[in-house]
Formats: sequence, C-alpha cells, structure tokens
Amino acid sequence: MTETKITEEEAVPEARRVETDGVPAAQKPNGVAAHTVVERVAELGEKTVGEVRCDNPFIVTENVDVYYGDNHAIQNVTLEIGKSEVIALIGPSGCGKSTYLRCLNRMNDSIESARVTGTITLDRQDIYGSDLDPVALRARVGMVFQKPNPFPKSIYDNVAYGPRIHGLASDRAELDEIVHTSLDRAGLLKEVKDRMDEPGTGLSGGQQQRLCIARTIAVNPEVILMDEPCSALDPIATARIEDLIDELSRDYAIVIVTHSMQQAARVSQRVAYFHLGRLVEVDETNRIFTNPQHKLTEDYITGRIG
Amino acid sequence: MTASRKKSREIVEAGLARRRRKEATFRATGMLATAVGVIFLGVFFATLIVQGASAFKQTFIKLDVVMSESVLAPDGELDLAYADFDGLVRNALRRDFPNVSGRGERRELYRLVSVAAGYELRDLVAGDPSLLGSTVEIWVPAASNVDMLIKGNIDPSIDESLRPISDAQVAWVESLQRSDRLETRFNTALFTNGDSREPELAGIRGALMGSFYMLIVTVALAFPIGVAAAIYLEEFAPRSRWSDLIEVNINNLAAVPSIVFGLLGLAVFINWMALPRSAPLVGGLVLSLLTLPVIIIASRAAIQSVPPSIREAALGLGASKMQVVFHHVLPLALPGMLTGTIIGMSRALGESAPLLMIGMVAFIVDVPGSFTDPATALPVQVYLWADSPERAFAERTSAAIIVLLGFLLMMNLAAVIIRKRMERKW
Repeated sequence: MTETKITEEEAVPEARRVETDGVPAAQKPNGVAAHTVVERVAELGEKTVGEVRCDNPFIVTENVDVYYGDNHAIQNVTLEIGKSEVIALIGPSGCGKSTYLRCLNRMNDSIESARVTGTITLDRQDIYGSDLDPVALRARVGMVFQKPNPFPKSIYDNVAYGPRIHGLASDRAELDEIVHTSLDRAGLLKEVKDRMDEPGTGLSGGQQQRLCIARTIAVNPEVILMDEPCSALDPIATARIEDLIDELSRDYAIVIVTHSMQQAARVSQRVAYFHLGRLVEVDETNRIFTNPQHKLTEDYITGRIG
Repeated sequence: MTASRKKSREIVEAGLARRRRKEATFRATGMLATAVGVIFLGVFFATLIVQGASAFKQTFIKLDVVMSESVLAPDGELDLAYADFDGLVRNALRRDFPNVSGRGERRELYRLVSVAAGYELRDLVAGDPSLLGSTVEIWVPAASNVDMLIKGNIDPSIDESLRPISDAQVAWVESLQRSDRLETRFNTALFTNGDSREPELAGIRGALMGSFYMLIVTVALAFPIGVAAAIYLEEFAPRSRWSDLIEVNINNLAAVPSIVFGLLGLAVFINWMALPRSAPLVGGLVLSLLTLPVIIIASRAAIQSVPPSIREAALGLGASKMQVVFHHVLPLALPGMLTGTIIGMSRALGESAPLLMIGMVAFIVDVPGSFTDPATALPVQVYLWADSPERAFAERTSAAIIVLLGFLLMMNLAAVIIRKRMERKW
C-alpha cells in the first residue's frame, strides 16, 4: 500500500504540468529545478509570504480569525483586495478559503456557532460594525454559489428579485430595463429573451449559473464573491463563465474561490493560497505560478498536496 | 493472480442463488403484507356498504287523510299546537283496515306509521289552511319496524315472540304492499334531520353541522398557530436548552391520548373560562390543541426540506430573514404544511374521546346553527347510534360511518387540489 502511494505522488506533477496551460511553459515550476533558484520558506508560520497589500485597497481584512465553536477555522488572515481586480483564493479542501469568502458578506452570520474577530472594512467602513446592517452589506457585496441555485421562479422573477426587495426600480419599465441589462451583461439575454416566463430551474447548468450571476449584478453590487462557480459545470460552460468574469472585472472587484489552478491562472490578477486556516502566500498570479515563495504553495501548485 | 481471481468469481457465482432466493422471499413477504392490507380494507368497505346502503332508503305508506274539522277544531277554532293530527292519521288507518277491532289490535295498527305522520299533516295545514275539510292523499314514513320488515332485516317466518312486529302487523303490511300503498324512497330525512329516538326520523345533519363548525374552529386556530410556531422554532429561535425542551414536549404532546385533551378542555374552557357545554366552539378548541403538535411537526419537517441553497441565494442578494422566510421558504414548504394540516384535521374529524369529556355526547335533536349551540359530532353520533337498541339504528350507524368517510375523502381531495395548484405556480 505504501509503495503504490509514493509512485502516485511522483506521477501527479507530471500530469499537472501538462494541464497547466494558463502559464507559459518555460516558466512552469519544475519541482527539482525550482529548488535551485530560490530559498523557500518551508514552515507553516504566522506570517504570510508575498505581498498582502495592494495599491488601491477596497476590502481590507486585518488579523481575521474565525471560529466554529471550538474549531479555529481561520487564523490571523490579513489581506487587501483592490477595487477592480480579480483575486483567486486557492488551497486544499478545508483550508478555510470559503470561510474567508463568506466573512466578506457576513454569510457566516447564519451559522450560529460561527464567531469572527479582527477587522474587515469595505471602502473604509467596518462591515462588522454595529451601524451596518448585513442586508445593506449584501446588496453591495453579491455572491455566486458553487451549485447554481436559481429560485424556483421564472427567469424574469429570478433577476428581478433583488431589485424588487431593495426597491431599486420605481416602475415596471425600469425593472424590465434592469432585468434585460443584467441578463445581457451575464451573456444570457439572447438565449432566454423569448422565454422569460419559464422557470429558471429549467435552464442548463451553465445557463443557471449565468442566471445567478445576472441576478447578483441586478442589485448593482461593488464586489462579487464567487464560491467555486464552475465546479458543477462542463468545460464549455466554464469557459463562458470565465469570459464573463473577465468582462465583469472591469466594474467589480471579484473574489473567486477555485479548486482549479488553471482557472485561477486564467481569470485572476492575484492569487492567495490558504493552508489549514492560514493565508500562506499572496502574490501576483504570474509569480505564484512561476516562482512561489513558500514551499507549501509550490507543493500545492505542482500537485504534491491537495 | 489469475488463480485467485477465478476463485473469487466462483464464490460470487455460488452465492448468487442464495441472494436471489432472499430477494424473492423478501418480495413475496412485501406482496403478502400489501395483500393483507388491501383485503382488510376491502372487507371493511364491503361490510360498511352492505350494512349501510339500505339506510339511504326509507319505506313510506300512502294514507288518504280526511282533514275533518270536528277532529282538528272541535271548538270551531284551529290551534295548530294542540290540534289532534295523530287522530286524523288513526282515522285514516282505521278506514283502510275497517275489520280491525279492539284497543290492542288498533294500537298495533297505529304503530305501522311513524309518529312523524302527525307532524307532516300539521306542516301541511300550516302551509295551506284551506285544506281543512278536504281529503288529502299523503305519503308518510312507515315505522322503523315496518321499514326493517320491508328491507328484509326482520324475518317474518320466525316465531312472533322473537320479533318486534306481530303477525297481524305483517299481514297488514302485506296488504298495503298488494294495494300499492307502500313503497321505498330515498331517505332525505337522513340528511335533513337531527338525531331522534325514532330511527326513521333520525338524521345526521346535526352531527354533520357539529363536525363542520368544530373543524372550522380547529382550522382557523391550529393552522396559523401551528405554522407560526413551526416557522419561529425552525428559522428564528436560537438553539438552546429551552428550544430543545420545547421540541421534546411538542413531540410528546403528539403522542398524548386524546381523552387527556378532553379533560384539559373541560377544566380550562368549561370550568374556568365558563364557555358553554356541548358547544362546537369548545370542541374546536380542544381539537386545535390536539392537532397543533401534528401540524407543528409536519410544518417543521416541510421547512427543513427546503434546500438551504435557496435560503443562501436569497440571503446573498440581501434579503432580510423575514423576506427569506416569506418569499422563499414558506411557498416551498406550504404544500408539506398543508399535508400535515390535513392529516391533523382528519384525526380531529375522527376523534370522539375528548368530545365525550366536554359534553358533546348529549342527545341533541336540534341542528346546531352556530358555534355555541349544543351539538354532537359525526364519530360521537356513530357511537350513540351503535349504542341504541333499535334494529334500524344498526344500518344508520353504518350510514353515518359512510358519510364520515365521505366527509374525510372530500377534505383530502380538497387538500390535494390546493396542493397541486400551489405546486403548479412554480
């Protein structure tokens, strides 16, 4: 048993390297060669390697800890997220990247045992402050989930729901306008404009996810959080969503959790690597994938862990 | 490698027969269980229908009644309350059978016709006073023993002392049959009358209305309270020792014998709050207490079955907790909640024990017209009639059960239709 495991681990980096097409082949990390280039941090410590600050910070998290009961899920995470950048959160399962993401729009509030310490500011405003209603926060920080989850309502009502509850449209024509623009921006309008009254759950998986994105941008948020938005989709639908993320990044800050390193390489400008509840390394996407500063990051992106 | 693979293949193949045998046995057991259930149900319905169907028919006797002024208004003044309409019926019968003599024989003759005959004549005259002095041809209900004889429930060939109808009466009935003065018709009295000591006059309208009023009170109280409690416990209440305690107690309440709720109703609603006895209002209150746990448990299960992804989607868009519940959770959970409510209502409709405690077992002739009038309920009526010695009440008991089941069927049907319509909205 032990013997077979070792051979598998050796085989994986080979396979991964072929897959990692987002990064130029010449810069690809090579387990053996990379070691000779730089001295890497090896231990999992308090300090995050790389650059956690950015030029134009919009979301700033300082020393954030999250506890689920006695479980210390996130430890001392400090990170800045820029105004119009796509930042990808990567890391093995259970490393806390989704938990971190859900702190940013206070979705953890609905979990009774969850407790968040540290400060998180959105545009210099403390989002855990007593003067901020999570309802108002979530209108500014939209979220797209792992599994497409359209409401069991018509396509139109799905997109119109957010504007309706927030009272963003004063009359039907204005609401129509919002729904159409949102669907158009999500690249779904052409496919659904003749069947707006049909249930959103009748669409294909990829279309449902784009409907969810349209629903999110209909509220006109400033940040969009995406929790593995393509993990339930086929490659073609994934490519469409990735194109969409690229387009949306011009207007919104996007934080995306992903298990696919190729996806992180394709869509993001910065990458944050989480490991066992700690933020191990943050840097520009190119540097993370070509020259990671931390041993764990290197192990993960070359496929030795995760 | 090849050797061991071959061996395991042999082992698998050797075990196949045993597996198939087990599966066949299990399937046969399941089919047997289903068949037993279906047979029991079939026997139940068959006996009910065989015994109860005849109650929907009633024997009537044709009389030529002379509205003699000397009988009705001996003093020249007609007083409907005191006029001797029974005398008219007796005279008519005597005219039909002139050979009957002697007080005993005459009394037996008079017993062929229901006591309702006199009342029917009175109603006739009250409606049209000009009938006074004329001769009226009228069909009046036969006495229940005559009815039983016609329906074959009394065997005229057994010894006279063993049956409630004498040889002479049997002969008179046969003579009436020969002269076409006797026929069976649909028993409208069963649906229009309240209870009566006379089987041929006893109807289930009183019990039906009693049950109806009670269920209205029950639905109006138990559904909103149950759903509200379920939503609060499921969506808003913090998880603590208190909410656990409440949950355990709700589950326990669902299993409390129903007569205990009757005692509670007697102590609280009648003795302490001084609400009227035998009233559908009190019955409804007691039945609401009885069905509340059922509705709460079913509603909580329905809320739990709403996928969390829908809640997250709405929360993520900035919906408040209230909006999540009322826009998404409640519409999706409502069909399940309605199913639970209908199950609770069906139980309430069939409940008799708690009603005995609050006086709804009384003999009540008047059909209740409001929530506070004295009333009985259908299952209590079944119990009362099953307890009555007259042979004719046996078939009415079955008929009342048929009506009760029909009521139940209609309620379930309504629930299914409402549920289907709600599901189509999505």
